[in-house]
Amino acid sequence: MEEIRFLPCGDSAITVVFSREMSEEANRKLHFLAAQIERERIPGVSETVPAFCSITVYFDPLRISRIKLEKKISRLIRAYREDAAAPRRVFLIPVCYEDAFAPDMADVCRLTGLTKEEVIQIHSSTDYLIYMLGFLPGFPYLGGMDPRIEAPRLDTPRTAIPEGAVGIGGKQTGIYPLASPGGWRLIGQTPVKVYDPTRNMPILYRAGDYIRFCPISAAEFEARRNSAGEIEVREESAV
Amino acid sequence: MKMTVLSPGPLSTVQDEGRFGFMSTGFSPGGAMDTYSMRIANILVGNAPGDGVIEMTMLGMSVSFSCTAVIALTGADMEPAINGTPVAMYTAAEVHAGDILSMKMARSGMRSYLAVAGGFDLPYAMGSMSTNLKCGLGGFSGRKLQSGDEIPLRQSFSLAHLGNRKTEPENVYPDGIGIRVILGPQEDYFTDKGIETFLNTTYTVSEKSDRMGVRLDGDSIENKNGVDILSDGIATGAVQIPASGTPIIMMADRQTTGGYAKIANVISADLPKMAQARPGTRIRFTAVTEKEAVRLKKQQEQKLKALAYMSVFAKQRG
Repeated sequence: MEEIRFLPCGDSAITVVFSREMSEEANRKLHFLAAQIERERIPGVSETVPAFCSITVYFDPLRISRIKLEKKISRLIRAYREDAAAPRRVFLIPVCYEDAFAPDMADVCRLTGLTKEEVIQIHSSTDYLIYMLGFLPGFPYLGGMDPRIEAPRLDTPRTAIPEGAVGIGGKQTGIYPLASPGGWRLIGQTPVKVYDPTRNMPILYRAGDYIRFCPISAAEFEARRNSAGEIEVREESAV
Repeated sequence: MKMTVLSPGPLSTVQDEGRFGFMSTGFSPGGAMDTYSMRIANILVGNAPGDGVIEMTMLGMSVSFSCTAVIALTGADMEPAINGTPVAMYTAAEVHAGDILSMKMARSGMRSYLAVAGGFDLPYAMGSMSTNLKCGLGGFSGRKLQSGDEIPLRQSFSLAHLGNRKTEPENVYPDGIGIRVILGPQEDYFTDKGIETFLNTTYTVSEKSDRMGVRLDGDSIENKNGVDILSDGIATGAVQIPASGTPIIMMADRQTTGGYAKIANVISADLPKMAQARPGTRIRFTAVTEKEAVRLKKQQEQKLKALAYMSVFAKQRG
């Protein structure tokens, strides 16, 4: 593991860098730090933003100095043990891959040389780590997509993508939690409300959790749309 | 008890100090662009400094009141008038049922703040009254104000309750400003020449600026091997340099993470100035130390504290 580095972001934030490359280990470690910071309630620290291989910590320099905060963070990280990681949460997200919900499926099949059934089977048989959330509220940057279903982004992004759309963009796959413009190739849609501002946790999952896509029929999609939408979460011991 | 919008102006939204605690799930903090002016407006009408206010952009709105209320306007001077009679900025003023408060184009600066004593009776969404336009969340039905909107007030106040509150106007925003920055987090992505360009060029605020970011026109900043980074967290005032080489300063409605290198970050004390820079404003950047940035922030906070303290005694003095 590389030494962590602290980068200043003005007078009220620092970015703690764990590694220069994307790695599951670095990502696990920074989510551990995020949890520790939240638990410690360090006076003067307001919140954190975990990313691929770094975490940005926001603070009030009139309440805690950067030097003091860096020392505190270094101490918290030293408590990290591989086996101490919390059990992983896997969110089972139902996705309808049928034609009406998958405008780019034919293109993805053409670009990958796979059949529709193969694309669905490959896409729905991985537990994807949520490295970070960004771009839009709840938009997950997922790691671990099978390279066989990689497909380049659209040359011209769509101006409107519906809420819940599931797409592939290059080496990544993800969900659009709210209607938005975007350039990923759409291969399905979930009826689950990933974003609901009236919930205590407006976004269903957090960075550091895992997502598994579960194929459903169009009839199931309609049945689940607008229903309270209980979604299944499995807790599994950490790897 | 309500305030009715007669004409909304191009972009008037309810904002407060921001929506905190949700950045890790991708929600922009939002809130007033110029939080300094916002807090002064609230203090002048006896509200908590971070309460909801209306932020108006370039062109002010016209509103009518259904009851006696105390208002204050800060930030850009949009020549406010009550029933056509000019009313001072940075001064608590009383309006009565049927009165019309109207505003014009900002004489200088970009954003004006209207606070009403007692505050707006609007629901909090995820802990904040700020309008998040992208999510249709918070503020008044999650959108910018429109003609006919009726904004409920929590309470009716008169100046007799509050005393005579005013402060020196700070609403002169020159055409050319100096903005102080701390270099980093990714200044090592740029050549020495690039950093020199950044600190020695007079940039101009572009028409394409908005609440997400202030875009600048001017000399392109040279990088070493590209500006793409593995996305990381962004602080307010981050100076992003995309491939085009001209800076974008990330503001209230920015994305929480981004994949372009950030050469520097505007210091907290200069964010209000940045927020008031209208298209065409000329900007020069100066690098300062973190110690200096914290000293300036402290100075600004002390000014606000002193104002809040004086305001408490305003009533006794009458």
